[in-house]
Amino acid sequence: MSERLVEVEVLRYNPETDSEPHFQRYSVSCEEEWVVLDALNHVKETIDPTLSYRWSCHMAVCGSCGMMINGEPKLACKAFLRNYEGVIRVEPLAHFPIERDLVTVIDDFVSKLARVKPYLIPKEDKPLSAGEYRQTPAQLKKYKQYTLCINCMLCYSACPEYGLIPKYIGPAALSLAHRYNADSRDGGREERAQEVAATEGVWDCSFVGACSEVCPEHVDPASAIQQEKIANMVDWYKEHLMPGGAK
Amino acid sequence: MSRKPYVREMPRFAWVFRHPRYLRYMTRELSCLFIGAYTLLLVAGIGRLAEGPAAYEAFLEALKSPLSIAFHVLALGFAIYHSITWFNLTPKALPVQIGEEFAPDWVITGAHHVIWVLLSLGILSLAGAF
Repeated sequence: MSERLVEVEVLRYNPETDSEPHFQRYSVSCEEEWVVLDALNHVKETIDPTLSYRWSCHMAVCGSCGMMINGEPKLACKAFLRNYEGVIRVEPLAHFPIERDLVTVIDDFVSKLARVKPYLIPKEDKPLSAGEYRQTPAQLKKYKQYTLCINCMLCYSACPEYGLIPKYIGPAALSLAHRYNADSRDGGREERAQEVAATEGVWDCSFVGACSEVCPEHVDPASAIQQEKIANMVDWYKEHLMPGGAK
Repeated sequence: MSRKPYVREMPRFAWVFRHPRYLRYMTRELSCLFIGAYTLLLVAGIGRLAEGPAAYEAFLEALKSPLSIAFHVLALGFAIYHSITWFNLTPKALPVQIGEEFAPDWVITGAHHVIWVLLSLGILSLAGAF
């Protein structure tokens, strides 16, 4: 197993002592199969125990270790060191405030996620004795890819609209709203429309498409948002142009 | 321990150069300026046509200037870039599910391109280009 020396430059910020962040460079002796997260763990365990960052599963499932690696939003557990040359620059996810070092403040995303009601709101409540809410494989396939979102927020860091318009609900929350809107068992589209069809909802998206390019789970938030735009536009026309304003 | 989150200001314009994908996006967005300018030129042409044959002839003559030809080439380039990149995005906005499976992206993109070419040929033929 071959080892090589990798230079990792990490953005550090200590809210108790620093007025602004600064880069700190570490030399890490790495093994061939290491990812950026392994390098950070090595730094924390052997060089600098004060380094702060989030991580949990180390297998691209938990969505905790999102960070900017050479300026691109990546999961640190999925970014192999062997794919990088020269100094690797690691920064906290863009567009989020820095809590400490690579840890960001994610309250904004969490509250937006709650606002779009990302859960099934059944069309009609059935008693337990009536059995399960059934669905065909085709109905499942319609929204399945959107269930794969792990809330890692890489899409928010890639989205310039979110960076420029902090009120924008953003790709992951909107694609999760679409995931439930597109579910045949769900009846909550109108409730979600309050957030989804608003200016800060889908209409702040200008279809840059970066969200879909950086998603580590190959979810396509840009597609979800455009589909929601069309559905909301149809709703608007039905409401304003159809006799009786039928929805 | 008190919290003091640090907010990094997003540069107003420099973000465009952060990755080629943002440059490609802005090129598509800016193409509308050329397409808009060309539309205004057409409106001006209609205005000259309403003024009479002499005014329209002068307008047609002005279109032959090198500056006008350069603008037309540029506007055409941007219109083609905009159309191609936009049609390439159509599978995202209009996924077509047939039975269980979704139609491949190339079918939706291809259909748009084919209709675009046919319509363009139709308009060119109506304009007497062939």
